[in-house]
Amino acid sequence: MKINVNGQVREVAVAPDMPLLWVLRDELKVKGPKFGCGIAQCRACTVHLNGQPIPSCSLPVSAVGDAEITTIEGLGTPQQMSLVQQAWVDHQVAQCGYCQSGQIMTATALLTKNSNPSDDEIDTAMSANLCRCGTYPRIRAAIKTAAQNIRKENELKTEPIAAPEKIELALERDAS
Amino acid sequence: MSKLGTITRRTFLFGSIAIAGGVGFGYYKYKQPHENPLELDLADGDTALTPYVLINQDGISIIAPRAEMGQGVHTTLAALVAEELDLSLEQVKVIHGPPSAAYFNAAVLEEGIPFASIDTSALANTVRNFIHVPAKLAGLQITGGSSSIADAYEKMRVAGAAVRNVMIKTAAARLDVSATKLTTENGFVIATDGQSLSYLELAAAAATVEPDSELALKPNPQWKVLGKSQNRIDIPAKSTGTAEFGIDIDLPNMVYASIRVNPRLGGAMNSFNAEKAKAMQGVKKIVEIDNGVAVIASNTWYAFKAVNAIEFDWAQANYPADTAAHFKAVEDSFTSDNQDSQFRDDGDVDAALEIADEIVSAEYRVPYLPHAPLEPMNATAWFRDGKLDVWAGTQIPTQALKEAAAITDLDESNIKIHTTLMGGSFGRRLEMDFIIQTIKVAIEMPGAPVKLTWTREEDMTHDNYRPCGIARFKAVVGENGPSAIDLELAGGPVNASQMGRIGVPAVGPDISIIQGAWEQPYGVENFRVTGYRVKNDFPISSWRSVGSSQNGFFHESMIDEIAHAKRLDPLQMRINLMTHHPSRKVLEAVADMSDWGSELPQGHGRGIAYCLSFGVPSAEVIEVAIIDGKVKILKAFAAVDVGTALDPRNIEAQVLGGVNFGLAAAISGDINIKNGEVQETNFHQYRSMRFYQAPAVEVRILENGDKVRGIGEPGTPPAAPALANAIFAATGKRIRELPLSKHIGFV
Ligand code: FES
Ligand code: FES
Repeated sequence: MKINVNGQVREVAVAPDMPLLWVLRDELKVKGPKFGCGIAQCRACTVHLNGQPIPSCSLPVSAVGDAEITTIEGLGTPQQMSLVQQAWVDHQVAQCGYCQSGQIMTATALLTKNSNPSDDEIDTAMSANLCRCGTYPRIRAAIKTAAQNIRKENELKTEPIAAPEKIELALERDAS
Repeated sequence: MSKLGTITRRTFLFGSIAIAGGVGFGYYKYKQPHENPLELDLADGDTALTPYVLINQDGISIIAPRAEMGQGVHTTLAALVAEELDLSLEQVKVIHGPPSAAYFNAAVLEEGIPFASIDTSALANTVRNFIHVPAKLAGLQITGGSSSIADAYEKMRVAGAAVRNVMIKTAAARLDVSATKLTTENGFVIATDGQSLSYLELAAAAATVEPDSELALKPNPQWKVLGKSQNRIDIPAKSTGTAEFGIDIDLPNMVYASIRVNPRLGGAMNSFNAEKAKAMQGVKKIVEIDNGVAVIASNTWYAFKAVNAIEFDWAQANYPADTAAHFKAVEDSFTSDNQDSQFRDDGDVDAALEIADEIVSAEYRVPYLPHAPLEPMNATAWFRDGKLDVWAGTQIPTQALKEAAAITDLDESNIKIHTTLMGGSFGRRLEMDFIIQTIKVAIEMPGAPVKLTWTREEDMTHDNYRPCGIARFKAVVGENGPSAIDLELAGGPVNASQMGRIGVPAVGPDISIIQGAWEQPYGVENFRVTGYRVKNDFPISSWRSVGSSQNGFFHESMIDEIAHAKRLDPLQMRINLMTHHPSRKVLEAVADMSDWGSELPQGHGRGIAYCLSFGVPSAEVIEVAIIDGKVKILKAFAAVDVGTALDPRNIEAQVLGGVNFGLAAAISGDINIKNGEVQETNFHQYRSMRFYQAPAVEVRILENGDKVRGIGEPGTPPAAPALANAIFAATGKRIRELPLSKHIGFV
């Protein structure tokens, strides 16, 4: 069967009931999504399926079809991070870091839909993701920073009559 | 061969250097140094300057030989060396390095002695220095007891200073100028006339130069790296999914395994039937290992599925069959023949109780707890051609090496232990069980690397748990506070259980039973703390903050009850009783931060708790609101004293993590046993704190303490009692059993 991971179509020959998580990790060597519980209770395995955050440990690979799967590797790299990832670094969120791929995927999905979430909306979106190290307060702070930067970027994109140096910035970013 | 040129001395570091004006360095000199492990494995062009600095054409690597399990230790350890080398952390690579006795931890055993961590009497210091000798001889490279920073503070700065010293001497000879005219900056030795030589080009020659026998360490005001918040070196990778944890190890032609072991811990396997499993997709081999069965398959999922398809007949375990029987055993331990220690017996408690008109008394309980780090136990082993490589997230790599040699009969020189990043630990990765299993499975698959991964269910039900325990107290309380306290604590001996599993005999009293209670620096005229040992074979272990995890709750709930018995302000009473200056200061700080004493809305309450653990006084205030009869945690305030704060932002992270870890367990942490088996199998039953429950945590760091201290654990102990005391303040309901959710709801 074929699945689309981070914009690449990949061929996999596995049992149809094999969870997407293990197909990604063991068959395709995409290691960003993590195994924590296997029963949709920790969300360390979160990936996007057509932009929706889902626990990949609980989705049989046969159910993926031609949906687009995005893992944390599809968001950015250490050299070129997404705004959410950059906010995670700015706030020094990670401790052991094992939950953070999932946290970032969930936060990214939230901020894509809603770039100005209230505390309650953040609570609702993030409460399925477990962090045993207790980094929650810094996650909240990072989400707020990322939201602010995303709003700024959106403004730059949608308001071409902004100050000239801002336009330049936006152009630079588009080209990269 | 450049190797010959660089391996000139094994006595490079510890044998010959003292710190000018330094203290406590003598113990490095009482015996020959351990050999430098880096010299055993040098590639052409590599230079190992001390066991902590490796230089080659790619640059400078600092060895940070402690487990990175989330506490940021790699960053702070590297900063110690970088500071003396005048390098920034951006200019070095940081690696864990090989297991070696050279990386022994001298400070870790200090918590085990019958002196309070803040006791600086001559006797306490003599005993402390004395136990550094067995620590060194045992060569135990161990991460635990919040000891990494205290242990490394001098020796890793000396390592950096020694390297800088030989770089300068080498440059002086080359440039034909006096060493006193040279400075170092950004990886270069620089002369007054502007000429410069890089550390990289000097390294090979520098390795043949003896450092001065006395080195001065940089005084704190000159620090550029230490004392400043650093960007943690592991965070970019951990924010982009590129950090390699043990579970991410990937090797050519690797096979994948999982295991099921008797859930009656330590019990044997009578029989098993793997007929169905054998025929399942992807299954390569099924092997019997230590009271259980492992399946080797072509991916982890197939291994999980096949393990689940095996039928087992398990033998009984050698401990009480259910939770009630475990607590009965604790209750029955309050007898003189089970008495383990009585390190505190001030005044005459019996006489004071005898003549008292009124006695305040209560009994408290805490349950078993799992560590449950988010990355389940796993390891990878590759056994081929008389060699073994093991990749594991372990807190004791030297022990992993020992176990590997014993299992395979290989010489230690043919075994490599690669210590990986760890997805949490909280004490779990002090155990060898998953590493031993993996090596045994790999032996059954010679030539192929094998990664063995536990299911969450295996992990949750095969932990070594924080012991359950009971506390009883009686107190006589006057108008200004307690005049007599009799505190009795019964629980399992963590050190004996844990050290026993790695073959280190633990003799004498087990400090874990009373730690966090007996040494608390409250001045009470008549004060006795007695520990009783619960004896059974249920495996128990260190859980973030060890004995203080339960005794902090017992002791500080007790102090709160004592204050409220005479309507005393519980925070002010603590300050009044306090005999230790830095402790008084953290209490005052947290009072200030939380605006203690100010009016609160109806249905709100504040609780205070304090604990001295691992030498760090921590005081915490928690504010709650009661909403429709349920508790909402609004805010937490924590003040800690680490003596010298090496990286403030990371210390803050550890404290807020420690507070949340303590709150998570206090709210809902509970492990129950039925038919000898742990009943909570996964996070739907073992509930941990969720995002919406976590309060904002405000942290203040003080530096009044006498020496530098580690901060991985001390944030945890006051969290549970501060929360319980806040609930009392808000509701008048005194909850004397954890988890609190047995008695009140949470939102
Ligand atoms: S591993 Fe998927 S939710 Fe825990
Ligand atoms: S950072 Fe360790 S589990 Fe979240």
